[in-house]
Amino acid sequence: MSRMLVPCHVKSTVALQVGDMRTSQGRPGVLVVDVTFPNVAPFELLEITFKNYYTAFLSIRVRHHTPLHTPSKWVTCLRDYCLMPDPHSEEGAQEYVSLFKHQMLCDVSRVLELRLILRQPSPLWLSFTVEELQIYQQGPKSPSLIFPKWLSHPVSSEQPAPRLEGLPDPSRVSSEVQQMWALTEMIRASHTSTRIGRFDVDGCYDLNLLSYT
Amino acid sequence: MRKAQGSWEKRILKSLNSMCTELSIPLARKRPVGEQKELLNKWNEMGTDEPDLSLFRPVYAPKDFLEVLINLRNPNYENGDSLSFRTHLGLIQVPLKVKDIPELKECFVELGLSTGQLGIDDSTQVPPELFENEHVRIGQKVLLQQDSAAAQQYIRQGSPTALRAELWALILNISSQPEDILYYEQLKTNVIQHDLLVDSLIYKDVKLTASNDDYYFVFEDYLYQVLLCFSRDTSVLGHFAYNSASPPKSYIRGKLGLEEYAVFYPPNGVIPFHGFSMYVAPLCFLYHEPYKLYQIFREMYVRFFFRLHSISSHPSGIVSLCLLFETLLQTYLPQLFYHLREIGAQPLRISFKWMVRAFSGYLATDQLLLLWDRILGYNSLEILAVLAAAVFAFRAVNLMEVTSLAAAEAVLADLSTLKVMPLLQIFLFATVT
Repeated sequence: MSRMLVPCHVKSTVALQVGDMRTSQGRPGVLVVDVTFPNVAPFELLEITFKNYYTAFLSIRVRHHTPLHTPSKWVTCLRDYCLMPDPHSEEGAQEYVSLFKHQMLCDVSRVLELRLILRQPSPLWLSFTVEELQIYQQGPKSPSLIFPKWLSHPVSSEQPAPRLEGLPDPSRVSSEVQQMWALTEMIRASHTSTRIGRFDVDGCYDLNLLSYT
Repeated sequence: MRKAQGSWEKRILKSLNSMCTELSIPLARKRPVGEQKELLNKWNEMGTDEPDLSLFRPVYAPKDFLEVLINLRNPNYENGDSLSFRTHLGLIQVPLKVKDIPELKECFVELGLSTGQLGIDDSTQVPPELFENEHVRIGQKVLLQQDSAAAQQYIRQGSPTALRAELWALILNISSQPEDILYYEQLKTNVIQHDLLVDSLIYKDVKLTASNDDYYFVFEDYLYQVLLCFSRDTSVLGHFAYNSASPPKSYIRGKLGLEEYAVFYPPNGVIPFHGFSMYVAPLCFLYHEPYKLYQIFREMYVRFFFRLHSISSHPSGIVSLCLLFETLLQTYLPQLFYHLREIGAQPLRISFKWMVRAFSGYLATDQLLLLWDRILGYNSLEILAVLAAAVFAFRAVNLMEVTSLAAAEAVLADLSTLKVMPLLQIFLFATVT
């Protein structure tokens, strides 16, 4: 199942706050990230990946492509997905996250726009966001292989090749050769992994100083 | 965390480099043949050697490392001046998730009051038929089956002294094949051929710590045999895949910058610090063949001990252990914590050195081995932080009366009379919270 990156335009985050943002104290606990897909037809969403940065809960709303003349509405496809089990501590704060189609609450074929709603209720963190956001859609299906007819439906009425005199039975030889090959593969695979590690270069371990890079 | 580990490593490298240039001793040199022969003859009694180590100093001591940990700050964290509900009153300022006592009780359920323990239920007053005999029999059965997982479960209740060496080998997956003996001999050859600056650091450390210890001075020669070979062992480099630290690099003389001539120094990538030899010393009681002792130590190091001196957010890493200790003390002994803080004796300053050494050299040997049984059984170092808090709880009455850091240190200077398992049991399961 291949996936294809969808080029998207991630708008800058908008903080949702009650009251006048300039004068009120305290930091916003809700951020909204809009993701649009200019120049891309409505597609089927397969996967969303991102790197978390101190976001505790994530909700995703999606706007579908609808047939003409019906207004498209925002539908919630992920509700309060927990990224940090304890919003006050570091667990999960900087993890890489992947979200898949089967985790979505609604149908995500024909996506027009996405809206990510980030929540961080803890006042301890100075900022929070998601980084390296990438959206994937279903990749092109691998072309179905047409098997030649003679491979899938062997003709049963084949004449066996004439048996040459003095030679062993070919089917017995082939099975013995196969066994021998399996034995060599086994021996190759069970090669011991312990190795006498060499730390010098051609017998020389003459060092000057330790390197800082 | 990675940045902090990176800059800490740079500091260590600078220190080692400056020692190198000051003393004009090369990082590594090939030994002349005469010297090689001499060392080979003296291999089993390297302790009798008295090289002049007065100019060497350990690269760092645990208290230097503690200063680095104290200064760890998350740039995204609100570290305002005003006290809030989450101000860290202890020394560690990183908000990692640590367990509290109900979670620890669940985790260490086999240490509970109703389960038999070696270290408690094998004392002379308790008749052996009650627990000890049966426990020994189960241990022998586990060894017969060679079942590593069962051994790990079994050892949570402690290991009988007679079975301990084999049980640990079973849990750590050490079986002495001829190739392992050969590998150790190869390392020995490497020691004889090349002389490293790190060797002198190891000598100095052993002379300063293990040789001065009443229990471990007899094993001095073994310690050299294990630690010198350990620094040459490139297989230890494998553990850097899951360690936040990176091994120091160097270039062959004259080939600076050429990647084909880049090597790791020391070959195992681990620079020993003051007290490092104490990780090996207790194992000498269990294993008498150098190659077996070596294998056990190496496995214990790449599974557990490396976490005690590298900066990471792992639950068994030293930062989490410090935070766990401080949180336990603050939550369950708030008066003691407040008092110590007021007199300028932050509890972590005293307990840090215990945890970094996994209590080696502080507890009596039999008690230490019972503690390390549990480390193996639970595959986690959190029990070190719990024990540290339990020790403070035990001596709380005396500690409440001290008025300075030095006096607090004096109260907690001698742990050799402590019995580890009763302390842990009382702290986790018998204290009214």
